[in-house]
Amino acid sequence: MTDSTKSGFYEETTPGKDQTFLDANELVLNMGPQHPSTHGVLRVILKLDGEKVLGTECVIGYLHRGVEKIAENRTYAMFNPYVDRMDYVAAVSNGLGYCLAVEKLLNVEAPPRAAYIRVILAELNRMASHQLWLGTHALDIGAMTPLFYTFRDREEILKIFEKYCGARLTTHAFRIGGTLYETYDGFEQEVNNFVKFVTPKIDEYEELLTTNRIWVERTRGVGLLSGKDCIDLGVTGPVLRASGVKWDLRKAQPYSMYEKFDFEIPTGENGDTYDRYLVRIAELRQSLRIIDQAVNSIPAGPIMAKVPKIMKPPVGEVYVSIEAPKGELGYFIVSDGSTQPYRLRVRPPSFVNLQALDKMVRGSLIADVVAVIGTLDIVLGEVDR
Amino acid sequence: MADETTPKDQPKPPETKPAAEKPAVTPPAAAAKPPAPPPPAKPAGPTPQPWQSEMVANFKGRFGSGVREASSYVGQNYMVVDASVVYQVLQVLRDDEDFDYCVDITAVHYPKRDEQFDVVWILYSFPRNQRIRVKTLLKDGAAAPSVTALWSTANWLEREVFDMFGIGFEGHPDLRRILLPDGWKGHPLRKEYSILQQDTEWVKINIGIESGQ
Repeated sequence: MTDSTKSGFYEETTPGKDQTFLDANELVLNMGPQHPSTHGVLRVILKLDGEKVLGTECVIGYLHRGVEKIAENRTYAMFNPYVDRMDYVAAVSNGLGYCLAVEKLLNVEAPPRAAYIRVILAELNRMASHQLWLGTHALDIGAMTPLFYTFRDREEILKIFEKYCGARLTTHAFRIGGTLYETYDGFEQEVNNFVKFVTPKIDEYEELLTTNRIWVERTRGVGLLSGKDCIDLGVTGPVLRASGVKWDLRKAQPYSMYEKFDFEIPTGENGDTYDRYLVRIAELRQSLRIIDQAVNSIPAGPIMAKVPKIMKPPVGEVYVSIEAPKGELGYFIVSDGSTQPYRLRVRPPSFVNLQALDKMVRGSLIADVVAVIGTLDIVLGEVDR
Repeated sequence: MADETTPKDQPKPPETKPAAEKPAVTPPAAAAKPPAPPPPAKPAGPTPQPWQSEMVANFKGRFGSGVREASSYVGQNYMVVDASVVYQVLQVLRDDEDFDYCVDITAVHYPKRDEQFDVVWILYSFPRNQRIRVKTLLKDGAAAPSVTALWSTANWLEREVFDMFGIGFEGHPDLRRILLPDGWKGHPLRKEYSILQQDTEWVKINIGIESGQ
């Protein structure tokens, strides 16, 4: 049989574009909202042709609590703990963004010591967030061991949080104008010990996965997203950087004295799940670098700026954003001069990043959907707010 | 620059005031026409400064009075433009001025104003490392132009604004609610929607309880 006859055969019998060879019906499958790999209550409706994904639709909102509405009915200080409940695995970053936004509105700046404490805790939280991501993402793909490794090390970070402010997860670590708590005795020593302890552990994660053949086969070339697509879709954070766009708000528009620290922005080349894994691993190391510099040069001085007890920011609007572990986390606050925000909008990185799911999984296999949801690193508390 | 002592430090009533009188204070950005920045009642705090740049001059030359205001508040630039030209303004910003990343789309409700809604587009430019906010004022029931053709990210962001405020977006491919259920009645981020309010009928039918409170 020659090639021409073969292709002729296929042309004759292949039905229309949306139908399969055997003219089977497409299958619509619900994944979630109670599916372990969706990391919460995300429902993805998949349109399948066999194992091939023809399209997806996300159904979200199961965790909608109306955070923005609550903000309009609370004073600025009262709303502060609520932001921890959005991205609850990176509560410190949420609080940092909120405090910076209100400080901008009040026209005050946190003193240097407070800024350093904020950087240390925010970077520790970035590590905790990435570690939790790595453990659960690997678990989704079938590697169970990394979960135990990462949770063992994340525990040390949570212990530092607990000693610092009494809470492990929803920390409410910062206040508008600085921090409420001075560092506890031996804080610097403990953070230094943590840096020493965890540096070889990151190599351990890499030993488990980076050259692991199953891991590489499951992640390389999966969920491709080009840099151009990322920008078009507004995707930020490690997902953007893995697609080769060297952009990090800590460098582009430094806040909270990040300009004082020497660190690099890791980037990937291919924009696939494997590169996103490498970028996040590299970010763990860069976070350690920042923590190491910050904790060893932490200045003395006050930890709270002069902020009025009753905060009435002048009339105006500001948008302030930070580089949260998941991407750009922004707060748009409108003040009418009263004690409560007139309008508070959160620009959640997870919500915007999740929108890229459809583009990333179209044409791939159903098992890759699990890998792609994992690699996007979404937290449904933040998607739904 | 206001120093730290300017915000009123008086230990006056600690109770928060009800939100009722809030909209009476019109934010200066929302003032429609006056050429001079309206002096706020409180002397404290910065006021919006006129924002002068080549880009703004270009826009003013191109769209004339369509660009109502170009100001800068605490170092953040924004433009208030007419709803009729907002799509062209956004398109020019993306194509000619390199604002390639649409950070966020949101809205603010001012029920006492004739044009009840501010719709806000927050843009960022990777080449310039700059942000800009574009604002337009809309009447209740009027639709804003959809920018999904300019930035794909606008799809969900516009759906959220529609869900929360009931503002339509003309040209949106799939304008449905996104966070609330499809059959829900009401738009929660409007000011008249109380914080305890809910669609009790929906709750009764779908969850089978009298009230979610």
